[in-house]
Amino acid sequence: MIYNPNVVKRRKIRGYIALLLSTFAAGLGLFWLGFILFDVLRHGMSAINLDLFLEDPAPPGVPGGGLRNAFVGQLLITFFATIIGVPIGLLAGTFIAEYARGTRFAKIVSILSDIMVSVPSIVVGTFIYAIMVMPVGHFNGWAGAAALAFIMIPVVLRTTEDMLSLVPWTLREAAFALGASYFKVIKDIVYRAAITGILTGVILSIARVAGETAPLLFTSFNNSFFTLNMNEPMSSLTVTIFVYAMGPYEDWHEKAWAAAFIITFFILIVTIFSRSIIYWKYKSKS
Amino acid sequence: MSENLKMQVKDFYFYYAGSKEPALKNINMPVYEKQVTALIGPSGCGKTTLLRSFNRMHDLYHGNRYKGEILLDGENILTDKMDLIELRSKVGMVFQKPTPFPMNIFDNIAYGLRLRGIKNKSELQDRVEKALKQAALWDEVNDRLNEPASGLSGGQQQRLVIARALAVEPEVLLFDEPTSALDPISTAKIEELVVQLRETVTIVIVTHNMQQAARVSDYTAFMYLGELIEFDKTDIIFTSPKKELTEKYISGKFG
Repeated sequence: MIYNPNVVKRRKIRGYIALLLSTFAAGLGLFWLGFILFDVLRHGMSAINLDLFLEDPAPPGVPGGGLRNAFVGQLLITFFATIIGVPIGLLAGTFIAEYARGTRFAKIVSILSDIMVSVPSIVVGTFIYAIMVMPVGHFNGWAGAAALAFIMIPVVLRTTEDMLSLVPWTLREAAFALGASYFKVIKDIVYRAAITGILTGVILSIARVAGETAPLLFTSFNNSFFTLNMNEPMSSLTVTIFVYAMGPYEDWHEKAWAAAFIITFFILIVTIFSRSIIYWKYKSKS
Repeated sequence: MSENLKMQVKDFYFYYAGSKEPALKNINMPVYEKQVTALIGPSGCGKTTLLRSFNRMHDLYHGNRYKGEILLDGENILTDKMDLIELRSKVGMVFQKPTPFPMNIFDNIAYGLRLRGIKNKSELQDRVEKALKQAALWDEVNDRLNEPASGLSGGQQQRLVIARALAVEPEVLLFDEPTSALDPISTAKIEELVVQLRETVTIVIVTHNMQQAARVSDYTAFMYLGELIEFDKTDIIFTSPKKELTEKYISGKFG
């Protein structure tokens, strides 16, 4: 028998050190996450009240008022961005994963999509500014929605493509053998099999654009008043944080902290929610 | 026992996309009505390729080419005029790996029916029940038809797939190594099923298990390297084959 106790001992020690280091690293990451949440809450606590959601901003320098216009504006812009971005991303992803599977065209679209994802969000903003703000002559909510949609499309496209590729080919063949057309195979079988992954991708893309500021700076800009009209400049939570944080009023600073906390919290909830969808789906299967 | 010709393969060649050499060479073979015909041979001999030509599964992939004729009730199915959806209504297929759709049991069986426009609830229920009974699965699942099909065991899933194929009342049913992924008990059940189904459907079954072919089939075709070496009644193939190659394969000298 060849057995060296010293070698074994050394290995055990190294194993423990590795365990220690990785646990410490994980703890460090969690610490900062908790610190951010706690700190933002601490600063914004005083400003979180019902008025924040129900009142519109008071004139500059006058305390009180709320951020109702920003909340509603953020919701509207994100909503329309989703309506534009998700179907385009979904259908494009389906096209390259199914109809154009394996072709050169599909590869090109895939690469272009990756490039689109890495475009700096402020560049997206200036691009949309050029094509949607300048011709109209003023900032508007539609431009903001378009800018966010621009960011969403490649994310949804890639997720859809990846999830659809995971569906086994034999499943499609079984449907074809029953006499289904390709369209029906995709609609009834492939989408159903990939729905969890696609849904997660969609939800995560929404969470991603909900926190963007730069694309909205030159598109929907800001509005101190409440409006539901997408043709006008529209305030959003993220831009409001930017404007208020840079402003001179203590009241504004507190509100900015509150808004920052609410956005962070929202994204956290959405991310956890999308994870639990996967967990719940797998649980009910087995 | 008078045997009608259900399908006839005539001077059939098949080329996979981008390949100069044919994967199937000069196949001439009958498929008799309401009989079980087995395709046997070592791996790579082309038996699955031939089977998948019967419902033109190869059309799903660009570049595959057929040459020659395959007649179904006297009509060549390899022409451009042939409607693939109509063909696949007449010729169904069961695959090696059970492939339940991501829906509940009832919807799985009803899928082919709904594709064909059958919407009447009671008609669907009748047909689903009939198909499940034909596949010997009704007793086991009739109380949980709206549960996901993925919750069934492997053997049950395969019988589900068979019921799904039977629901649209095909004339021919193709089996591509249907039991190779199953345990021995499920295998026995499916073999029993195949023999029973012979009364309603013409069956062609690919199997790499010689004993299975001997157990369930009436006719056997032995293939090797893309060619049909011998075709005859199963008894003859297994007891007194005419070709030396067949005899070698049957006695396990290779493959």
